[in-house]
Amino acid sequence: MALVGEDMSKAPKNYDNMSDEEVQLELEHEGVLLSTVNKLYNWGRRSSVWPLGFGLACCAIEMIAASASRYDIARFGSELFRASPRQADCMIVSGTVTKKMVPQIVRLYNQMPEPKWVISMGACATSGGPFRDGYNVVRGIDLYIPVDVYVPGCPPRPEALLHSLITVQEQIDREKIKKVRWYQKGPVVEFPVPQFGAKGLIVEGITGVADLVGGVPRMMPFVSPALGGQGERHTDPTVLEGNVPKGLVAEIREGRADTNLLEETNAAAQ
Amino acid sequence: MLKTEELQINIGPQHPSTHGVFRLMATVDGETVVHLEPVFGYLHRNHEQLGEIWTYLQTITITDRLDYFNSMINEHGYCMTVEKLAGIEVPERAEYIRVIMSELSRILNHAAALGFWLQDMGSWGTTLMFGFRQREMIMDIFESVGGSRMMCNYMRFGGAARDITPNIVEQIQLFLEGFPQFIDDFERLMMDNEILLARSRNVGVLPKELAASYSVSGPVIRASGIPYDIRKAEPYSIYDRFTFDIPVGTVGDVYDRFLVRMEEMRQSHRILQQALEQLPQASGSYINQAYKAASKQQGLRPPAGEAYCRVESPKGELGYYIVSNGGNTAYRYGIRAPSLINLTALNDMCRGYKVADIVVILGSIDIVMGEVDR
Repeated sequence: MALVGEDMSKAPKNYDNMSDEEVQLELEHEGVLLSTVNKLYNWGRRSSVWPLGFGLACCAIEMIAASASRYDIARFGSELFRASPRQADCMIVSGTVTKKMVPQIVRLYNQMPEPKWVISMGACATSGGPFRDGYNVVRGIDLYIPVDVYVPGCPPRPEALLHSLITVQEQIDREKIKKVRWYQKGPVVEFPVPQFGAKGLIVEGITGVADLVGGVPRMMPFVSPALGGQGERHTDPTVLEGNVPKGLVAEIREGRADTNLLEETNAAAQ
Repeated sequence: MLKTEELQINIGPQHPSTHGVFRLMATVDGETVVHLEPVFGYLHRNHEQLGEIWTYLQTITITDRLDYFNSMINEHGYCMTVEKLAGIEVPERAEYIRVIMSELSRILNHAAALGFWLQDMGSWGTTLMFGFRQREMIMDIFESVGGSRMMCNYMRFGGAARDITPNIVEQIQLFLEGFPQFIDDFERLMMDNEILLARSRNVGVLPKELAASYSVSGPVIRASGIPYDIRKAEPYSIYDRFTFDIPVGTVGDVYDRFLVRMEEMRQSHRILQQALEQLPQASGSYINQAYKAASKQQGLRPPAGEAYCRVESPKGELGYYIVSNGGNTAYRYGIRAPSLINLTALNDMCRGYKVADIVVILGSIDIVMGEVDR
């Protein structure tokens, strides 16, 4: 298997105790190009992540700036902002999500074909940001759809958005075709579209108003697909830390907070 | 005669040409618009409520996010209102700094708005890049003074947060040197373009009387032939010291609004040159030092009363109304958003035109949903 000019006296390598990736790297080093279906598949996916052309608020302008000539998102294969969710791979939630807008966002997400990724751009989309005390602002889009990458900033610089895109690409690189959720048996996971209730949003599977004004969201955020989430919600209450009134934070840290406590806060708000 | 039926179509809230999350319910007969109803509220983020919860100083940060294209002018208007309420004086140099930043904002807004408008018309990419190149240069200046690209949070009661250094003055001068070239290029590229003329001339006409009765402001009313500009009508800050003209349109169509914005950028350039010339002679500091020292001891608590101030934002007349009851937060905080009021004339502008013209007319009003919904 040696090539011309290669040192023939080198001891043959023992490939038995190497992993598949290591063998592949080693062989590439020796001039044999091999590829796996995984690698080819991921290479194709990562090189053309087309975002959904969909801006919500201030962050949308920085998203456009990232696609303009100075920052040039085209260098990463993502310059094609598609107006239709059917043609998009990546949803950049760029800005404040209000209660009036969140049903549309969840519907758009459901309409996107798999595989799909979500970038939560800016403080508002991540947690409500400076507006999270308001009565009409959703405290984090991850309460409604799973998020792959969070970008901090208000608004994040275009470089930060580009970095989040690179992070998505790195996550794509680690995907295994056997384990990705869109090739699993069973029905496609559809995320429940919130409905307008008398006192706030009503989400299927959650009793009462999901996100009460002055209260605590009654639901946990979705587990990020980057952490292996398959569309299920968190069960550990510490992830709610940013989402509850200040007095509760310490109790959550000490593990004393339970769902009863959250219910009490909601009852007080009501 | 073929019998036709009216049809209702929805544009938005997720649509690339609605400038944010905005929904248009259009009733069409064939391709002609019969009625148009704007539906908004998709970006209502409780701005006025937060202004009543947060202290006066904290509220400056969210005025940035009102009209996120020109954060400096929003801050300018808000600071003026609180200064009027609390009786804080602004030194001369601070006024010059404020005017310089406001006019840079105006150029930034118009450059980006024209880029978006032309993109809506179909010049995919090129013109937007043209506008955004200028925007990036001004962003660099804002970043030098405020520390952030978009949300500068630069103005304070009694002046500005930091002084502008000779380096920044040089940076602004460098920008001003290259700017006329950009305007000339842009004009040569677009003004006599046949497609642009065909799509914008005599489209979305808003007659003078109707414009006045809708109380629209900014480039929209000036394109209709009324020379109404707060900088001349009720000069605030130090705008009475500069010589500049107010461009006025004749027909009131979309093309006139384009020309008015182009000319306004030239006039802003004129103001900036004069302001930079006069800046070294301006007396005083970048902030009212006596107030700054006092405010460190005790937060701002204006006496009970009310104040209304208005500034000329690139979208039109931006007004702030604050009622104080002597506390450290506003008792009532209201905003007259120019985008919202200009938007009310949309139905009259669009009626009788084709569906494809809706997007062009909407782009020519230049709305920002952050300000419309607040």
